[in-house]
This record gives sequence, C-alpha cells and structure tokens, in this order.
Amino acid sequence: MMRFATLIKNPADWMKGAGPHSDIVMTSRVRLARNLRGFPFPGFSQERQRVDLLEQVRPVVEQLPEMRDGYSEDYTELSKIRKQVLVERHLVSREHAARSSGCAVVVDRKQSISIMINEEDHFRIQGIRPGLNLHSAYELVDRVDTELESGLPFAFDSKLGYLTACPTNLGTGMRASVMLHLPALVLTEQINPVIKAVGKIGLAVRGLYGEGTEALGNLFQISNQHTLGEAEPEIIAQIEKVIEGVVRSEQNARAKLKEDHQTMLQDQVGRAFAILRYAHVLSSKEALNLLSMLRLGADLDLVGNCDRSLIDMMLLEIQPAHLQLNAARELSPDERDSMRAEITRARLQSIDGPGSFPPSQSTQGGLPSAPNDE
Amino acid sequence: MKCDVCENEASVFLTQIINGQMTTVNLCEGCSKAKGVTEETGFGLAEAFLSPAQRSEDSMEVVCNACGFTASQLKKIGRMGCPECYHSFREGLDGLLRNMHKGTRHVGKRPASVGGTAPQLLPRQRTAVVREETSSPPPPMPVPAPAQPSDVSKLRADLDLAVKEERYEDAAKLKAEIERLQPKAPSK
Repeated sequence: MMRFATLIKNPADWMKGAGPHSDIVMTSRVRLARNLRGFPFPGFSQERQRVDLLEQVRPVVEQLPEMRDGYSEDYTELSKIRKQVLVERHLVSREHAARSSGCAVVVDRKQSISIMINEEDHFRIQGIRPGLNLHSAYELVDRVDTELESGLPFAFDSKLGYLTACPTNLGTGMRASVMLHLPALVLTEQINPVIKAVGKIGLAVRGLYGEGTEALGNLFQISNQHTLGEAEPEIIAQIEKVIEGVVRSEQNARAKLKEDHQTMLQDQVGRAFAILRYAHVLSSKEALNLLSMLRLGADLDLVGNCDRSLIDMMLLEIQPAHLQLNAARELSPDERDSMRAEITRARLQSIDGPGSFPPSQSTQGGLPSAPNDE
Repeated sequence: MKCDVCENEASVFLTQIINGQMTTVNLCEGCSKAKGVTEETGFGLAEAFLSPAQRSEDSMEVVCNACGFTASQLKKIGRMGCPECYHSFREGLDGLLRNMHKGTRHVGKRPASVGGTAPQLLPRQRTAVVREETSSPPPPMPVPAPAQPSDVSKLRADLDLAVKEERYEDAAKLKAEIERLQPKAPSK
C-alpha cells in the first residue's frame, strides 16, 4: 500500500482535473453512511468492540478493486498533524480525525475515494470530483457500497432504509455537497439573499470545513439535509439544479463587476497579488481572502499566466497542518504566519502581476461600499 | 373518558411500553399540547407524565434489548446506540422523522441481499421465507407489540455482557450461534 508521504506529495485527482463550472464549483462530494448489523454504533461501543470491528472489516475495505495500491492507516499510527493534513485535504472529517484507537482511513491512489472506519457510523464512504459533478461522485460511492455490501451485512430496514447512528442520516445515508467559490456575490453584497433562498429549499449552507465553520476565502458548501423519503438520484438532481442557479448568479455578478466596477475589481486583484507576492507575515484568514481575489482575477483573465490549479494548490499548502508537515515540526502561530508568506512569495515568483482590462467603452467606478478591506 | 390532568373529555390516548409494561395516558386536546405530546420528538413523553419515582432508571425506562441504550441517553445525545435501537425506540420515531426529512419511508437504494422485500429490522422475521425477485411493495412495519426480546437480540445482549466481563470463550460461542441464526449476506 501507499505511504503517507507519497499520498500527500501527489495532488488529488480533483485538484488537477477540471469539471463543469470549475471556475466557480471547486468540488462535488458525496458520502454514504453505513453500519454493520449486530454491532453497536461507534459512539456507543467500547474501545475493544471498535478495535475488533476494525480488524474484521479493514482487510475487506483494503481489498476493494478501487483501493488497489491505495493508502490505508490505523489512527494509532498517525500523528495529530498528519490527521489534520487529511482533514485539510477533505479526505477525513474533523470528527473522525479527533478519534484514535479503533479508527482507520483507506484512500484510493487518486484520492477520489476515501473510506473512514468507525466515524460516527461504522463506515463513511466518500467520493470527490472536480467541478459540478455530483452524479459522477455518487457513481463512485455507489459502486464501492455495492461491492462492500456483498461481503458485509449492512444494517438496513425496509421502511427506514440504511440505519445510521444519527436519525438525520437515516434512509439513503447520503450527504451530497458542493464547494463553491463565490467572490462576486460577496463583493456585490448579494450573498445573503442567495444563502437564504438556498436554505429555504431545505439545503444547508456552511463554510470551508463543514459544520459551524466560517465562510473563509468566499468558499461555501451547500449540501442536502434530508436523507429519508427521496431516492438518491432525486436528491442529487435537486441539488445540481439549485447549484446551477447559484452558479448563474455568480456569473452575473462577475459580469456586473467587470462591467460597472472595473477599477475596484482591478484594484482588489492587484492588491491581493501584491500582498501575497511581497508580504512576510500572513494570517490564515488574510491569505485565504487574498487567494480568493487572485483566483477571481485569474478567472477573469486579469492575471495572465496564473493557472487556477496553482492557486488551488496554494489554498491547501498555506493551511496550518500542511505548513507544519512541510516544516516537519510543530509551529507556533507566529511561525506559521511567516512560513505561509514564504510560500505565497515563492509560488508567485514566476507569475506576471495582474494587468488591467483592455480599454473599453464601459463606465468605470468603484463599488459604493466595497467590503473586505483587509 | 376524562383527561388525566384536568376534568375535560380526553381525546388523545397514548400507550407506551416501558420494559414490557404498558402505560396508558389519557389527555384532552389542550393538555396534550401543553405537555408537548404532539411535538417533534415524542421522546419527552415518559418524562412529561411519569412521576419522578416511576421514572427512576431501574424500573421504568425504555431500554434497547440489543445494546442496553436508554431512552434518556437517546434524548440527551440525539443518536441511537445500535441499529436495533430503531426498533426499540420506535414509539414517537415517525413524528421525529417527519420533522427531519421529506418522508418517513425509505425509497432509495436497497442492498441486493434484501431484494426489495423482507424487513430486516426484526431478526425473528428474517427466518421467514425470503421471496426473491419480487416487485411487490415492501410490507409495512410490523404493528408495534410489547417489546419481546427476540432470540437473536437476547443472544446479542448476552454476547455484549460476555465481552464486558471478558468471558471470551462464551462470547465466541454466542457469536457463532448468532451467525448461525442470522447468516451474513451471501457473498457473490
């Protein structure tokens, strides 16, 4: 099986690839919650029971054809920093990373599929794809689930569906979520009505790392809340339809910025580049917000030779655990802030500074109340 | 019939099975609302009506036969102890689910081994002939009956106890017995 260093050295498939709307939709993820019949859920079992279950099921998971040459690790073998790196890569949940004995994660070599053992449920099977592509993410996890169920007796009830530790996951056990980059909706102050509208249709909107996290870097996650009473394809089709709408709003907002607030836009992107390129101290929050502006600039062809995937890679590299893994030791917050700036300075060395839009007839002007003046 | 709380005519009749004992509460509409009976969870029921003495843990609480999880634990953490808990705590479950989800009946993917029929929740029903390749709709949930430990859940409880007490030889025997009664899904 693959070593941790090898796993991390390679960018995941979703970081390299492009999918539908990948200028606005960063990733599509689908996860399934599954449990074994006859075993208490991880939260109500004793350590010995969790370890026993792990020992029994881990070989089954590792032998999946999808997991050939993949990565598999028992949490007792993983340092806190390494587990946090997996969280930052969206391969495991924060809740799972907080656990230890009796827990393990198995990841395929493309980092498209990860299976957490003994999370809140015995199994959390996750598929991740670039762009707006929940269908394809669901196909990944559906196939893995079908393969697993041929060897493992999953707890299933005819009326209630897949039985999960939390009744909010009952039925399909499926959570489909999409990560969106919405800088123009934030700049034009249209984001709150959009969030409200999405919430009204029964979808949840969250920040970068899920439940209870702030929407840093203008990144938002939208996911389904209902799991019972609808079939998987219906749930996915509904979310994709809603996301298409949000994507259109963001596109319109971008066009409006370009049309009506060119100077402000060029200024924001130029400042973002300048700070990332020359600063020596960068907090995580500041860096994420600046990278968001730079990404917007790249999407609008303001930053000539800057590839979006370079920015997306930086979004990972500047996060606390990635910094500490890179330094091979624990870093104080101050050390992290200076290390973070060192990385953005180095990565942007080969990038030409952002220019201006070609002269046009459009009126120039600043946004009445430009937020985000860090 | 009179309401148990006030003198009005009762219109809401609630029956709960607690450790195999039936408890019936009769309420008028006003009192049922005041006590939150028709509210989301329904799990607060025992707490709302049983006197503190009756509520004491040793005697009156609903407990999952398979894993020992209690109704008050469920209420506290909002999560189940094991898959069987959905059967043990089925009282009030529909109301809870209705508030949480689009419906109360699963219409999505089913494991191939289930073949679209045969409820899996009650182990004793699984000994019945499992029809294969049938397109008939899934049978309704069994009518709630007084909790009666099925053979398998009894064995599982014994197994848990054996593990807790570190009697591994007994545990192995019990495990084999459970597997015999409830074979794993056929592997393809």
